Amino acid sequence: MVEFLQFTLSGISFGMIYAAIALSLVLIWRGTRLLNFAQGGMAMFTTYIAIEVIYRTGSYWTGFAAALAAGVVLGAVAELAVIRPTLGKPELNAVIITIGLLVLLEGLAGILYGGQYRSFPAAFSVTGLRAGSTPLGVSRFDVFVALAVLAATLLLAIGFRYTSAGLRMRAAAFNATAARLSGIRVARVITLGWVLAGLLGALAGVLVSPSTFLYPDSMDSIFVLGFTAAVIGGLDSPVGAVVGGLLLGVVLSYAGGYLGSQGSDLTALVALVILVVVLMVRPAGIFSGARVRRV
Amino acid sequence: MSNSTGAQGTQDTPGVPPRGTGSLAIVDLVAGYGEVVALDKVTITAGAGTITAVLGANGAGKTTLLRAISGMVRPRGGRVMLDGADRAGRSPEDMARAGIAHVPEGQGVIAELTVEENLRIGMMSWPGIGWRRAERAAALAEAYERFSPLADRRRKLAATLSGGERQMLVIARALVARPRVLLLDEPSLGLAPRVMTQVMNMVVRLSRESGITIVLVEQNARAALAVADRGVVLNLGRVVAEAPAGELAADVALRHHYLGF
Repeated sequence: MVEFLQFTLSGISFGMIYAAIALSLVLIWRGTRLLNFAQGGMAMFTTYIAIEVIYRTGSYWTGFAAALAAGVVLGAVAELAVIRPTLGKPELNAVIITIGLLVLLEGLAGILYGGQYRSFPAAFSVTGLRAGSTPLGVSRFDVFVALAVLAATLLLAIGFRYTSAGLRMRAAAFNATAARLSGIRVARVITLGWVLAGLLGALAGVLVSPSTFLYPDSMDSIFVLGFTAAVIGGLDSPVGAVVGGLLLGVVLSYAGGYLGSQGSDLTALVALVILVVVLMVRPAGIFSGARVRRV
Repeated sequence: MSNSTGAQGTQDTPGVPPRGTGSLAIVDLVAGYGEVVALDKVTITAGAGTITAVLGANGAGKTTLLRAISGMVRPRGGRVMLDGADRAGRSPEDMARAGIAHVPEGQGVIAELTVEENLRIGMMSWPGIGWRRAERAAALAEAYERFSPLADRRRKLAATLSGGERQMLVIARALVARPRVLLLDEPSLGLAPRVMTQVMNMVVRLSRESGITIVLVEQNARAALAVADRGVVLNLGRVVAEAPAGELAADVALRHHYLGF
């Protein structure tokens, strides 16, 4: 029972990371029907920027802020310089371009920072917390991870629902033609989507790197799991992204926990099984809504 | 009352400035899709505050005409003069901000948003920034007063509205934008005859009350000519007749040949 609690809590913590990546993928997908294969690479790159800032200034939080700022800038630059030219052309072009962006970012990181594994500091203590004498399986840092992603998700949700910019983003995502005819600058809305995705990815990067170490490919597997979470939740649904991430995190934690070392090796397999099961029952993802689109 | 940019408002909606008289002149407009030329040097004049009916058979180019005016389709040649300024080739967003509201056939309502959110979208083309709550609220109140069925459903998703109500919503949203020119593409399509009459009456009222220039594309030529000031008949992308609506309605030969009644 104690083990179950430990695995669940630690699964939630990792699940929040997948949720953050999933959410950033959903943001871009809703706006442009494009899957950003470079999302993990962008998160990795901003984490490198963070670690450099941390080394130079000695302050974790300065590095944290630098990562988020870099995420915003990288998101905007990627959309404006790399992705915008592909709009209106065959969709495959954009897909290949994002893969190319991923390769570029990983190569650049290797050149600039070297390929060796780097450790990344955690914001808070990573010592396991205890309830009385029972180890809970999570640390203060894990709690911070969950709360940070939760806060980001809530802020986004509130922003979408109650702000003018959020309304513009939703309108452009649901019906770009009607949005344009109403004077909404859809191009700017798309850029905003990439900026937010860059921000979320940067957050995910600094939150997960203490556990995974930082190296040019370090976000690849996180990206794959985040993508899986997004598909499980329904690519159009932000709520689905979070639920998918948590579900994936928790189940993988059980697999790793109960199956021992074989469980960790089986991570990819377990994720695939979850994906297949969900898609067999709900092919468009758990939270895919009825298609209320135009007749 | 004025907004933060200092402009004075009209009587009905404080703060939102009127945008000019709204005269529309299309000169030698050429537009098409790939190899197909849908508009072949079309010239039409819609005087400020008038209702112009654009008629013709399917494939005559009526919808393309509206799309080329609003920027959904990029014209290949010719001019689109709004109050004397040529705006051909601008994007739909820019045209909307310049005061041209296009209500396209069929898919204008954003079904996944609520009625009120759809109306708020209409305000996105207001010039400048910093519009106060009071101004926005007043614009919404005006829309609800004009279209009371929408007031009853303001928090419901637009997907739950009937066909006639959706049409009402789409027109209401276009009006919230305070356009100079309103382009209506088959507003009565798919609606019951009684609802269609209501829509047509609404079009006339709009023109009289707010001075908006209206360009009305309709398959139902009889109903359109009954409300319009002038009529234009298109055939295969060319203007074959342009005259006061009464004259066109009385020209039996023309009606039989191009309009089917």
